[in-house]
Amino acid sequence: MGSFGDRGSFGLAHTTDWLYVLGVSETDEDRADALFHALSDRTRRDIMRRVLAGEHSVSALAAKYDMSFAAVQKHVAVLQKSGLLVKRRSGREQLATGDVEAVRAVSSMLAELEQVWRGRIARIDELIATEPQWKE
Amino acid sequence: MPVTNVSQDTDALTLTITAEFAAPRARIWQIYADPRQLEKIWGPPTYPATVVDHEFAPGGRVTYYMTGPEGDKHAGYWNIVSVDEPTGFTFTDGFADADYTPIESMPVSTNEFSFEDKGGSTVATYVSTYATAEGLQQVLDMGVVEGSSQAIGQIDDLIRG
Repeated sequence: MGSFGDRGSFGLAHTTDWLYVLGVSETDEDRADALFHALSDRTRRDIMRRVLAGEHSVSALAAKYDMSFAAVQKHVAVLQKSGLLVKRRSGREQLATGDVEAVRAVSSMLAELEQVWRGRIARIDELIATEPQWKE
Repeated sequence: MPVTNVSQDTDALTLTITAEFAAPRARIWQIYADPRQLEKIWGPPTYPATVVDHEFAPGGRVTYYMTGPEGDKHAGYWNIVSVDEPTGFTFTDGFADADYTPIESMPVSTNEFSFEDKGGSTVATYVSTYATAEGLQQVLDMGVVEGSSQAIGQIDDLIRG
């Protein structure tokens, strides 16, 4: 069935080819993993909503959830590692703020999938538009 | 523009797109039921699709490959779950090797296509779901993507899901 070259299979072996085609670097891919992992948890998404609205101390955040301070601190650390949240120290307090640009990066990745579907829909529209009997 | 609505559910990892086509359901149905028409719309111009097997019935399989600019070929398959002409069909879509054997380690999406009659036009709803965010990201990395990234959505929409 066609020529698949001598590689015999598709899949992960070709990821680097795709990345080359798309101009996406390995670093971007690692970053995407961290971003999606960070946002895969409901509590972390809730923390993001709060820190995007304004700076919060970690202890103020911890008071909002029915879980230990350590558990909330751990969620904050995951968000910080992904780059979605930045922390600074003020006296004895740790203050956390959301990084708007990092959140936008996730949004644009989700929008890529939408583009695939929009492309298919546009091609259906083109296909039926070439048939005079369906014209309005 | 035929696309009338798009919604992302970041909790369920689901993308729902609604489009309205100026043709009756029977015509839109043909596009999926006829492999020669399906391949015209499935792949982007830079990665055109060729449909190989096309058993469009419950339990049936559709196999295809997409050819890249360097002549590189990338195969995929559909496992058809249900077919209810002309109201809709459901299937899983995944990556395959050169023999069209599904690659188990690669992400699979679950898809529900439904078609509603609206005075001779067709309202099509496409619902595509991935099991994990990592799977979704992997699909994007694999280049099942066309065009450049869309304009950035609202931050609140994203994180509220």
